Amino acid sequence: MAATVDTVERVESITADKYKYGFVTDIEMESAPIGLSEDTVRFISAKKEEPSWMLEWRLKAYRHWLTMKEPNWAKIGYDPIDYQDTYFFAAPKQKVAPKSLDEVDPELLRTYEKLGIPLKEQEVLAGVAVDYVFDSVSVATTFRAKLEEAGVLFMPISEAIINHPDLVKKYMGTVVPTSDNYFAALNSAVFTDGSFVYVPKGVHCPMELSTYFRINAQNTGQFERTLIIADDDTYVSYLEGCTAPMRDENQLHAAVVELVAHENAEIKYSTVQNWYPGDEEGKGGIYNFVTKRAKCAGANSKVSWTQVETGSAVTWKYPSCILQGDNSQGEFYSIAITNNMQQADTGTKMVHIGKNTRSRIISKGISAGKAQNTYRGLVKALPRASNARNFTQCDSLLIGDRCGAHTVPYIESSNSSARIEHEATTSKVSEDQLFYCRQRGIPEEEALALIVNGFCKEVLQELPMEFAVEAQKLVAISLEGSVG
Amino acid sequence: MLKISNLHAAIESENKPILKGVNLEIGAGEIHAIMGPNGSGKSTLSYVLSGRDGYEVTDGSVDFSGEDLMEMEPEERAAAGLFLAFQYPVEIPGVQTMTFLRTALNEIRKARSEKEIDAVGFLKLVREKCKSLNISDEMMKRAVNVGFSGGEKKRNETLQMAVLEPKLAVLDETDSGLDIDALRVVADGVNALRSPNRSMLVITHYQRLLDYIVPDKVHVMANGRIVKSGGKELALELEEHGYAQYEAA
Repeated sequence: MAATVDTVERVESITADKYKYGFVTDIEMESAPIGLSEDTVRFISAKKEEPSWMLEWRLKAYRHWLTMKEPNWAKIGYDPIDYQDTYFFAAPKQKVAPKSLDEVDPELLRTYEKLGIPLKEQEVLAGVAVDYVFDSVSVATTFRAKLEEAGVLFMPISEAIINHPDLVKKYMGTVVPTSDNYFAALNSAVFTDGSFVYVPKGVHCPMELSTYFRINAQNTGQFERTLIIADDDTYVSYLEGCTAPMRDENQLHAAVVELVAHENAEIKYSTVQNWYPGDEEGKGGIYNFVTKRAKCAGANSKVSWTQVETGSAVTWKYPSCILQGDNSQGEFYSIAITNNMQQADTGTKMVHIGKNTRSRIISKGISAGKAQNTYRGLVKALPRASNARNFTQCDSLLIGDRCGAHTVPYIESSNSSARIEHEATTSKVSEDQLFYCRQRGIPEEEALALIVNGFCKEVLQELPMEFAVEAQKLVAISLEGSVG
Repeated sequence: MLKISNLHAAIESENKPILKGVNLEIGAGEIHAIMGPNGSGKSTLSYVLSGRDGYEVTDGSVDFSGEDLMEMEPEERAAAGLFLAFQYPVEIPGVQTMTFLRTALNEIRKARSEKEIDAVGFLKLVREKCKSLNISDEMMKRAVNVGFSGGEKKRNETLQMAVLEPKLAVLDETDSGLDIDALRVVADGVNALRSPNRSMLVITHYQRLLDYIVPDKVHVMANGRIVKSGGKELALELEEHGYAQYEAA
């Protein structure tokens, strides 16, 4: 039988039990009443014991959201989301906030252990500090003391709102305004937790920072908000990971991430997104609507986004850079893998405002099954952006003959000295390549993983070491069953 | 070692018979050459032996050291000790040759319930093999066959054969695309791998390769069958008279 026919048949035989993070933790929860209203917003704010300015900020966002419409320009299709049938707040019941890991509910500790990320500092990957967000709240943050010695603030954003209101007020909403888009406005109204990082002037953050997001509760949306500020002459590397149980209904994840890089600051932000993708029929899975944006505010600042997107039923995500400071640099390295019925519309925006700003976009889209994978990107050079430079490379890889890959680049240049390059390729995993590997003794699934990892190499090598190995395995797992 | 009996095979999509009753027996340590004109079925035989998709075996059998070769997946055949040196080695962008070959060796070891080799041990092994074949190990750092010259690709095939240590190596038109110097290097490599427990099946158009890799037996293939067998002198005879007399048959 020809490999292509075989491929399609094998794709159909994929079972959802390949998703090993699909378990549910049975833990006592506390939720807001179902649905969304001003009362929900007030409930969340009260639960978090927030100051009144924060509540006002949320309410303003909520009122604006009511006037907005869900965007429909992306190449994705999904059933309408019923916001009145979603819980906007769910938290494990815990009387007092845990002061140390010893006080964390053992059931939670077991959950993270099952996910392969032990919550005990001594067992945590050397040199990585982790914030654990379970449904709507942060349950633990490791290595805080060590970071504080260096002057780095790393804590749940709910805590930063109370303990560092000046910093939060100064920066939150400056990169992604509450009215920016439908999902960002929604997030601004109901966000529950997320991570906050502040690196003070001249500090090279001594370890990798990481947040691990887990959606557990049923019918619950996760709306996290992350804010990272790198002051002058600093460096910080941050990574996020995420998983969710297998459920038949779709769950909503609408996050906002804001990064601010001041003069000579560098932020490296890596994501390994592994939300539950739904089953092979397209039932269930996470709707992942995320707004991520960085402002390179200072001269010579640099922000680098690296993402490995393998999960979610629907992904709508465009990590972007506003290159305001002269000589600032933005980078976007992306691997998006879609299998079965998954849909991804992802890419980036590079907005060149300052002089001599540079950006680099490397996107690798891989489609298998009946999945649809779209790269959508904007490169814009404003009148003042003399000598702006961009290089974009979009490569698509198809596995089987029922999936789709699409590239939608937008280029707008208002400065004649700007130079913008775009390269795009589309290829298929060839039967010749698979046979060559198999003749050398490498079984077909391993062969496919090897070929795809080779295709993604330029992006994988941008990930921090600890994540690169994980990501390679994830690439292999996501494609399991897509050849035969 | 290898016994091909009355093998019939067709191209699946076209339902077109290519092999029409091939009989061939190769003993341990023997080198056999198959010569024949274009379209006689030489390359098809190498693909059918190695299990490539797209060919259907309609009759006959192949016994490989007591196992029914046609029942096995391509990777199982590799683990059983079958190696095909490709006429056109395939490029795999982004995959380092070192990684590729170590994955292959370890998959074969796993299939044989042997212990896997670690990165350090593998590096040592490769360096030894490169040295014994007089091949630079520089190409191990490059992506598999990407940007390789014709000669480099064939040297890479020879090196892979040396590392995987097959019982039977099928060399499919190893001389194609090689100038005389490159041919000599590759042939020297192949000769270095001759051993009493390694058989080889050399498929070629031209007698030239057989000046360097001297076979024990030469077979002429025409129209999907082996029509004549003899010693190494048969190759010289073919060089002189061509294939016309066999094609007419």
